[in-house]
Amino acid sequence: MAETNPTLALRGVSKRFGAVQALYRVDFDVRSGEVMALVGDNGAGKSTLIKGIAGIHAFDEGEIQFEGRSVTIHGPRDAAALGIEVVYQDLALADNLDVVANMYLGRELAPRIVLDEPTMEGACRSTLDSLSVTSLRSVRQAVAGLSGGQRQAVAVAKAVMWNSKVVILDEPTAALGVAQTRQVLDLVRRLGDRGLGVVIISHNLHDIFEVADRITVLRLGQNVAVFDRATTSQEDVVHAITAGQLKHVPGMAEELTA
Amino acid sequence: MSEPPVTEAAPPPPGQGSTEVVPPAGDTIAETLREALRNWVARLRSGELGALPIFVGLAGLALLFGSLDENFYTERNFVNLLLQTAGIATIAMGVVFVLLIAEIDLSVGFVSGVGAVIMTLLLRPAETDWPWWAAIAVALATTSAIGLLHGLIITKARVPSFVVTLAGLLTWSGVVLILTTQASSSGTIRIQDDVVLGIANDYLPDVWGWLLLVGILTAYGALELAKVRARKRRDVSSRPLVLIALQLVAIAVIGALAVWYANKDRGVPVVAVIVGSLYVFWTFIANRTRFGRHVYAVGGSAEAARRAGINVDRVRIAVFMIAGFMAGVGGIILASRLRSVDPGTGGGPLLLNAIAAAVIGGTSLFGGHGRVLSALLGAAVIGTVANGMDLLNLASGYKLVITGGVLLAAVLVDAFAKRARAASGVA
Repeated sequence: MAETNPTLALRGVSKRFGAVQALYRVDFDVRSGEVMALVGDNGAGKSTLIKGIAGIHAFDEGEIQFEGRSVTIHGPRDAAALGIEVVYQDLALADNLDVVANMYLGRELAPRIVLDEPTMEGACRSTLDSLSVTSLRSVRQAVAGLSGGQRQAVAVAKAVMWNSKVVILDEPTAALGVAQTRQVLDLVRRLGDRGLGVVIISHNLHDIFEVADRITVLRLGQNVAVFDRATTSQEDVVHAITAGQLKHVPGMAEELTA
Repeated sequence: MSEPPVTEAAPPPPGQGSTEVVPPAGDTIAETLREALRNWVARLRSGELGALPIFVGLAGLALLFGSLDENFYTERNFVNLLLQTAGIATIAMGVVFVLLIAEIDLSVGFVSGVGAVIMTLLLRPAETDWPWWAAIAVALATTSAIGLLHGLIITKARVPSFVVTLAGLLTWSGVVLILTTQASSSGTIRIQDDVVLGIANDYLPDVWGWLLLVGILTAYGALELAKVRARKRRDVSSRPLVLIALQLVAIAVIGALAVWYANKDRGVPVVAVIVGSLYVFWTFIANRTRFGRHVYAVGGSAEAARRAGINVDRVRIAVFMIAGFMAGVGGIILASRLRSVDPGTGGGPLLLNAIAAAVIGGTSLFGGHGRVLSALLGAAVIGTVANGMDLLNLASGYKLVITGGVLLAAVLVDAFAKRARAASGVA
């Protein structure tokens, strides 16, 4: 598995917001069937990186390769068309709608105008079952009544339902208790086992060491290390996050090196 | 890495008239009658009151006014009540959509006035003498365009709907005043077209009333059965046939009573058929179409809707157009009932009654929660209060005080229900 070609690969991507160089020549890749963790301190560029992949904003330079082809992503719809789904930290679920309505939000099945509820409900049910999400009482339950872990599960199921190939999870365990964190981590692991490329952003190294296959460390907008989980320790990763070797020293005129 | 055991998915009780295979984790749609009843009680306990408080309130009001005045229960008054409620109910249906996306439209009263006045002006035999359908079409196109204008300003300039439609309230009241006073010195213009007058003043022949009821029952039964069949095909749980049958019987009994009582007087009003059709149409749009789903999504979480690729601005604009359109229809119904328009058309307590009807009926002011049905139920409450007070010959001031009290009571019931929902973790 380790030597397969990456499903998604970024080559030398940079992003600048005015005077702030948010990303500088970052390389990043994720293979199918792999859980890739993306870690770094606040302001390291994690969010900028996933927003670039998701098409929220374009990278200034660099290349995005998807399944070996060079692609351009101009918006969330381009990303979705490729099979890239992002589960944001705030989940973006409508509380008043039920699980089915949320999972199909914006992509409702409505042949001949009328919503096809039975088909949508059945598909949601089987997606949740395939992910072994069994704690939901009903897929016709409003999301407002769900626990944090259940919401996360719904958001993840929504992301994988669309034949997605890469799922990006932004801090999926940030607001969860111990038992619910456990459930979500199990779910993340199962996504990888299903053959998806999974990118997980987290501050919690304990969680990451439990589910990730590889770990990419960003620091000050540059990637400083890619670790194999099996051959590394938490100390190594912490060291990389706080004091990893930068290729480019901030403050120097990047125009000269660029 | 094992998943915790399933906690809440209790297997449905055996028997009870359902042979369907239950999907693994169960669903809230009750498979059996007993289960349906138990679910309903559980929902009530957890504060999901639905339409129950309104039915209780309506029954209470009917008992109260019935005991105070012997004319309240007469068939003549029953038909009058239907006629009085129609205009407010129609406008309130548009308001429900606006409240569903967590906005407000303060202009619907005078927009309805603009629609009524434009139609009436176009109908004048001495001047324009347009056919009724053309006059109505232009009036409704105008009020829809007003809604479009409001929606465009609200979404493109990002001005709160409260302010935009408040400006609309002033503007359109002025337009009504200008149009009516320019057309006649007294400001009152009579409607002379028979079709338009017939909207709120004609009645179905007795046989037609019964045929209509049979048609409704047949259509409802066929639709529900089709739904059950489609759900069984996909192997998802469906409602028990007994429950559908019971519902049909209930509708048949209530419908038959209503038709029989109305037929004893003048018959089923044409306007009741119009309002009923609009109710069915908008309920279909809200519950069974992609657009309706998006309306609820925008009201529940505009951000989630936007990220899901829904064009939130377009939904908002469409909703304000619906409000304008329905205000126009309501204005035409009210004008037909009064047989004329004047500088005060669309004014008075009409706007507040329309918004109050939607809220009393159970539509939340905070978006995402509500039904088109709440417009009818709320309008029935307001209409009953007004009608009862009229019979008692109380001054209109009392009417407003009581209507205000009912509105407050409805909001309080909702607030307490919401607290119960929060306590049971469903809010």
